[in-house]
Amino acid sequence: MSADKFSNPVVRWIDHRLPIFTFMDHELNEYPTPKNLNYFWNFGSLAGISLVIMIVTGIVLAMSYTPHVDYAFQSVERIMRDVNHGWLIRYIHMNGASFFFIVVFIHIFRGLYYGSYKAPRELLWILGVLILLLMMATAFMGYVLPWGQMSFWGATVITNLFSAIPMVGDSIVTLLWGGFSVDNPTLNRFFALHYLMPFLIVGVVILHLVALHRFGSNNPIGIDPSGPQDTVPFHPYYTIKDFFGLSIFLSLFAATIFFFPNFMGHPDNYIPANPMQTPAHIVPEWYFLPFYAILRAVPDKLGGVLAMFGAIAVLFILPWLDRSPIRSGNFRPIFRIFFWVFVADCVALGYLGGMPAEGIYVVLSRVATAWYFLHFLAILPLLSVIETPRPLPQSLSKSVLGGTAMAGAASAVKEKV
Amino acid sequence: MAKTQTLKQEDTPANMGRRDFIVVASYAMAGIGLASVAWPLIDQMNPAADTLALASIEVDISKIEVGQAVTVKWRGKPVFIRHRSETEITSAQSVQLSDLKDPQTDDERVTNPQFLVMIGVCTHLGCVPLGQKTGDVKGEYDGWFCPCHGSHYDSSGRIRKGPAPLNLEIPPYQFASDAVIKIG
Repeated sequence: MSADKFSNPVVRWIDHRLPIFTFMDHELNEYPTPKNLNYFWNFGSLAGISLVIMIVTGIVLAMSYTPHVDYAFQSVERIMRDVNHGWLIRYIHMNGASFFFIVVFIHIFRGLYYGSYKAPRELLWILGVLILLLMMATAFMGYVLPWGQMSFWGATVITNLFSAIPMVGDSIVTLLWGGFSVDNPTLNRFFALHYLMPFLIVGVVILHLVALHRFGSNNPIGIDPSGPQDTVPFHPYYTIKDFFGLSIFLSLFAATIFFFPNFMGHPDNYIPANPMQTPAHIVPEWYFLPFYAILRAVPDKLGGVLAMFGAIAVLFILPWLDRSPIRSGNFRPIFRIFFWVFVADCVALGYLGGMPAEGIYVVLSRVATAWYFLHFLAILPLLSVIETPRPLPQSLSKSVLGGTAMAGAASAVKEKV
Repeated sequence: MAKTQTLKQEDTPANMGRRDFIVVASYAMAGIGLASVAWPLIDQMNPAADTLALASIEVDISKIEVGQAVTVKWRGKPVFIRHRSETEITSAQSVQLSDLKDPQTDDERVTNPQFLVMIGVCTHLGCVPLGQKTGDVKGEYDGWFCPCHGSHYDSSGRIRKGPAPLNLEIPPYQFASDAVIKIG
């Protein structure tokens, strides 16, 4: 049936035996997509492209990098000064990590606002959180590789988190280090794992896409398309929209690389690692700051570590915390307010994570940390019960084309609830 | 319905031509963009600045006795320097060009006939020929012999017999003084 689609006889011959063209046509061309997606739906494809940029530049950097404590720092400086276009490739990789996280954070908040984690997309969401975890591990180990002061002390602090585990903590840390401090064996294994993990991410991304294409994208209204009149083919409508978003993303990315390449980095990492002296004020990369703030907010070693990992863990069970049947925040007047409070809370945690752990910052960190967990564990479950949602439109088309959009909406809500 | 009709009116040949132009121009721009991004990623594999900076060396040849040869490393490859004897020079100079696979006179291959400087890499598949040390097999033409696939080079380093297509390569070099040559 689908073989008739291709006029090229070679394509038809291959497709009959290996239906890869049918697959691509089905998933990338005719794939029915809700016609009301806004620009927040660009960030999935942007994240995918960021991953590709990171893998390509990373493989290239590995060709000139030496994972040895005596040579790592110098080999990175050699990339910056001597390797052809090395400065460009490294700055792309370095800032690419930040941009990848910016894109992924927006992608996650998009999902939080529009209820993209709700049935039947719970696994899709969980795979996404898994990708976030893998990204964080990859980014952390990548930051260690240049073997500057921040690399070394970041590695020391983060690996020491595991020493909080009762009984076996110290043995685990020794195992991670391959010695009695962060040293050459640590650097070697971090390099090996930093090279491996992006490919694990690719694997989970593929699962993420399979799960996505099972039911298709959620949309700003949050109701399911009721038929072909509510969808458009992915190509050309969303390919062109994604490309437009990509061009803006790449412009900002390029501007950062060329004009502010070290804006999101830390100058102390241009000092070679010194195991004898810790920098006065050490902070992780900006994308870890909210989690770092949560770690420091709890005045107990094990408690802090548990809170920090709990901040991610709570995302895994989010589909079962928010029981409201209404997906989109557009129709949940109270949720909507709390959503923005939560966004502000995360930004505040990010700010506090970058401040010294003293005085008012400690108090504020504790309040913000408490709110973070309160949002997931108390506010969302409670809202699912007490909130009265606004009436939903009858269909995507009606919400887009206007007219009698709201007619009979009340009964639709009753049906859903 | 009214909307559909307006769309149809816009599908005039002139408009279609303009759209084709926009599509082709977009693809061209995308192609140029991709190529300019691909180039740095490929070019980074070429020698880096510090590798190129090590690309020339100086060798003191005053200690090399007649008949002796030394091997020095230049750009990661062996360079053969032989202080040739009178016999070797005469035999190298007396060869008929018609006997050679890669015709070249001995004069073309040396600056000073006493010192033959060449890259010691067989032009067949890159092995290092024997003939530098006393006791080495020198091949049927009293020069060098490549043990990998049996190429024979004469006392001017020219290919005489075997699968190699070309004479041993002469690196760029000059005499910095009577006693020192600068290779590269």
